[in-house]
Amino acid sequence: MSLVLDNVSKHAGGHVHIENVSLTLERGSLNVLLGPTLSGKTSLMRLMAGLDAPSAGRVLVDGKDVTGVHVRNRSVAMVYQQFINYPSLSVYENIASPMRVAGRPKAEIDRRVREAARLLKLDKYLDRNPAQLSGGQQQRTAIARALVKDAQLVLLDEPLANLDYKLREELREELPKIFAESGAVLVYATTEPTEALLLRGNTATLWEGRLAQFGRTPDVYRRPANLTSARVFSDPPLNSMRVHKRGLQLVLATGEHGLARGVLAELPDDDYTIGFRADHLYLTRPDAEAIALTGTVAVSEITGSESFVHIDLPHSNELSGGGSDRWVAVTRGVLEVEPGERIECFIDPRRLFVFGHDGRLAAAPPLVLAA
Amino acid sequence: MDKPINQGAWLLVLPVLLIVAFSAIVPLMTVVNYSVQDTFGNNQFFWNGIGWYQELLDPTTDLGGRFFDALWRNLLFSFLILAIEVPLGIAVALSMPRDGWRVAATLVVMALPLLIPWNVVGTIWQIFAREDIGLLGWVVNRLGIPYNYTADPLSAWVTIVVMDVWHWTSLVALLCYAGLRSIPDAFYQAARIDGASQWAIFRNIQLPKMHRVLLIAVLLRFMDSFMIYTEPFVVTGGGPGNSTTFVSIDLVKLALGQFDLGKAAALSIVYNLIILAVCWVFYTVMTRMDAQRN
Amino acid sequence: MARIDLQNLGHSYTPNPKSDADYALKPMTHVWEQGGAYALLGPSGCGKTTLLNIISGLLTPSEGRVLFDGKDVTTLPTEARNIAQVFQFPVVYDTMTVYENLAFPLRNRGLRGPAVDARVREIAELLDLTPDLTRRGRGLTADAKQKISLGRGLVRPDVAAILFDEPLTVIDPHLKWELRSKLKALHRALDLTMIYVTHDQTEALTFADKVVVMHDGRVVQIGRPDELFARPAHVFVGHFIGSPGMNVLPAEVAGRAAKVGGHVIPLGRAYPPLTGGEKIEVGVRPEFATLAPAGAGVPVRVTRIDDLGRVRIAKVELSGLPMAATVPESLAVNGDEASLIVDPAMVHVYANGALVEGEAA
Repeated sequence: MSLVLDNVSKHAGGHVHIENVSLTLERGSLNVLLGPTLSGKTSLMRLMAGLDAPSAGRVLVDGKDVTGVHVRNRSVAMVYQQFINYPSLSVYENIASPMRVAGRPKAEIDRRVREAARLLKLDKYLDRNPAQLSGGQQQRTAIARALVKDAQLVLLDEPLANLDYKLREELREELPKIFAESGAVLVYATTEPTEALLLRGNTATLWEGRLAQFGRTPDVYRRPANLTSARVFSDPPLNSMRVHKRGLQLVLATGEHGLARGVLAELPDDDYTIGFRADHLYLTRPDAEAIALTGTVAVSEITGSESFVHIDLPHSNELSGGGSDRWVAVTRGVLEVEPGERIECFIDPRRLFVFGHDGRLAAAPPLVLAA
Repeated sequence: MDKPINQGAWLLVLPVLLIVAFSAIVPLMTVVNYSVQDTFGNNQFFWNGIGWYQELLDPTTDLGGRFFDALWRNLLFSFLILAIEVPLGIAVALSMPRDGWRVAATLVVMALPLLIPWNVVGTIWQIFAREDIGLLGWVVNRLGIPYNYTADPLSAWVTIVVMDVWHWTSLVALLCYAGLRSIPDAFYQAARIDGASQWAIFRNIQLPKMHRVLLIAVLLRFMDSFMIYTEPFVVTGGGPGNSTTFVSIDLVKLALGQFDLGKAAALSIVYNLIILAVCWVFYTVMTRMDAQRN
Repeated sequence: MARIDLQNLGHSYTPNPKSDADYALKPMTHVWEQGGAYALLGPSGCGKTTLLNIISGLLTPSEGRVLFDGKDVTTLPTEARNIAQVFQFPVVYDTMTVYENLAFPLRNRGLRGPAVDARVREIAELLDLTPDLTRRGRGLTADAKQKISLGRGLVRPDVAAILFDEPLTVIDPHLKWELRSKLKALHRALDLTMIYVTHDQTEALTFADKVVVMHDGRVVQIGRPDELFARPAHVFVGHFIGSPGMNVLPAEVAGRAAKVGGHVIPLGRAYPPLTGGEKIEVGVRPEFATLAPAGAGVPVRVTRIDDLGRVRIAKVELSGLPMAATVPESLAVNGDEASLIVDPAMVHVYANGALVEGEAA
């Protein structure tokens, strides 16, 4: 099936949960809803499922308007962040439950339960109760239940958030494969940009109930349509700063100057916001065209393989009306710097996103950079 | 957009509306009808307008005096019940076990009084408190404390209050216990680390978390005690004298004892309105407090 | 100020532990130095929360002793120890204002007057909570609530150590960065011993000067983040730290070469022949195994490439053995034929899971 949200909004109790969201999700596609807590991921899923009716707009399934249709009459399965299973039923019965409700023949139930259990590595635990399972196994049970339901729309609401880091890696890789054959529209909500990248498929960036961007995941990552989308899809947080371009001159909010080369070269003279991710803030000069800035180390974090250096850059002109920006640089290996230390950092004008007054993308690096 | 969203749901409400109409509105209109008439028997009715109401709300008349006396008794009774059952219920809830087999055992024991029919509770206490054959009455008198609920108003009051406490404290305790159980362990651990005393823990963690269930408990107990009838009727029959005659008991005396249908109907209406008003006040206070907290 | 000594500390939830398996925390001895920033890292059920609860006094160990600055506190209750703890889910007294929340531990200890006010404002300033001081706890965001939980610990002048039990679980990713750097800055400013329990390697490695990796009730390695990364003492550490974790492959090792799936991989150190019947494996992190065009190194078959934004990770098979490797920015992968170049100095040898020290060249 295909699922279309046509200009849906959801207002409740004076709050805007969802505002004018339009999305088209194709049959068999994996779609990530990416955004921080309260950005509208769960609200949007509830609208897709039919648990809530939109305040305005339409929901179409295969071109048919299903806006007022009750969730029970739609083909929907949902997995939540909390591990939700029937506590008094065995794993087998838990997985079988949607098929029992649908009144499927016994032999088919048995075959499909065992098949799902095998896919989700639960074959050894079929006789146990959920309470006797680890968190990961409990969530696998919930996922298996969603799988056998054979729903056309599968909604996964931060399904891995309550799991250990390493277990997440494993399940994250399995999940898309498990549902791939069903042809269902798969929707996956997460707060983590890395998770979206690993899942691939399409990504919708959400912010305060609005859709910032929707597209193929790598495209959304490498071509953010606006500043909001870039911010939502950056971890560590996006580095950004107000700049002013006049001819070949570029003036930064810190007062430092540079040459408006790279993506900036073709832009008309104006004020802009530049944005780039932590891996494009360099602590050693990458080449002659790089723009140098000097800031103060706020904190440095070393993970063993990488070092994150947080740098404060106080403004010195009217571009942002005072204040400062905090940037993060990530470098490979161990880099020891002390907080308070002055540090020089570099930005590459060929690797910047440039956003205009309205926050829309004005210029971006080409998708493939010459080395 | 005018979509037919959930319009069909109104059909589902229709049976309820019909049932409410037949069970509440029709009888209520009958009562209203009686309350504006007088009868001397023989099914002969005379228009009396708001006469009964005027008499009822005027404490100097016989009817009004009776009514206000009974009303004060009701209020005193409800006040006593709440003043005892709420703190006691909280205390019981706080001392209930948090895990293990004892939880189930305690819950069963606590639930027992709630399962006994009102008139049976009355009968149990009627016998239990008798000075001649009742265990409680006999023992108390043996201890040298004069106690006779059929002759002494104070004894009668003590008996019905203790009886109600015995019957209903469990409800308050169970509600509070449910509230307490919803508090995560981390709160207690954090409080210990913060050096909080037992009182501070109660005041700042347990009481706020019980706030909602307590309001419900108070509301339930107030309404129930304000409408009390069966138990005092069985134990004291409203006596000695009129000392435990509550509004509901008086109402039955008027309607069935004296067959003063008009007065009884007016009394019913006023009684009903008082209860409605109190519920409304409670409801407003509850929602307002909730709104403030968020 | 506190130095925390754990002496032969162990804990079992069964009364008479017989075998290792009966211990939730196997007997260990360890010193937490005054002013250190430590992380306790491991998966669920590895015993890290048990250890934390023993240190905080919420649990009395079945064996061994806990010393604070040389003083035995093993049986002392939490409130008698100079520690504070921040829990997974923020604990905030809903009915109090932020100010009252922060003042609560001081007032509980009988402090009154301007000293309380000054201290509360000082801590609020440190945590950027000053604008919220008059607000009620209820309705604040998760990160603000977590800051309040932390603040209630910091506000006490007598606090020697702060324990964190997965404090960022309910915090959004972009705020995690902020809170983490705040914690780090506080640690520098306040000279407190901090112990941070987590299953998230990034949190552990970025927060701590020393990371204690636990597995199955046992400490498997204690070290600086870069040591854990570069020289995992156990295959578990290699697997658990790093995303994706270290590649561990069965091998035959002799001298300065390992034979993996029929291919020879050079080693940075020399090893004696390892044939004691142990399981011999080599471990190499994806960061030190780089994908190259076919023919440049050990031949591999590429099964998948993940673009993580900062890096690209290839899933490959070396003679059927699954591995992960880094894809250089400049490399365009065509088809599934490629080869692997590994850094010999970063290939480690493990016998039954434990690191084997080779001889340096």
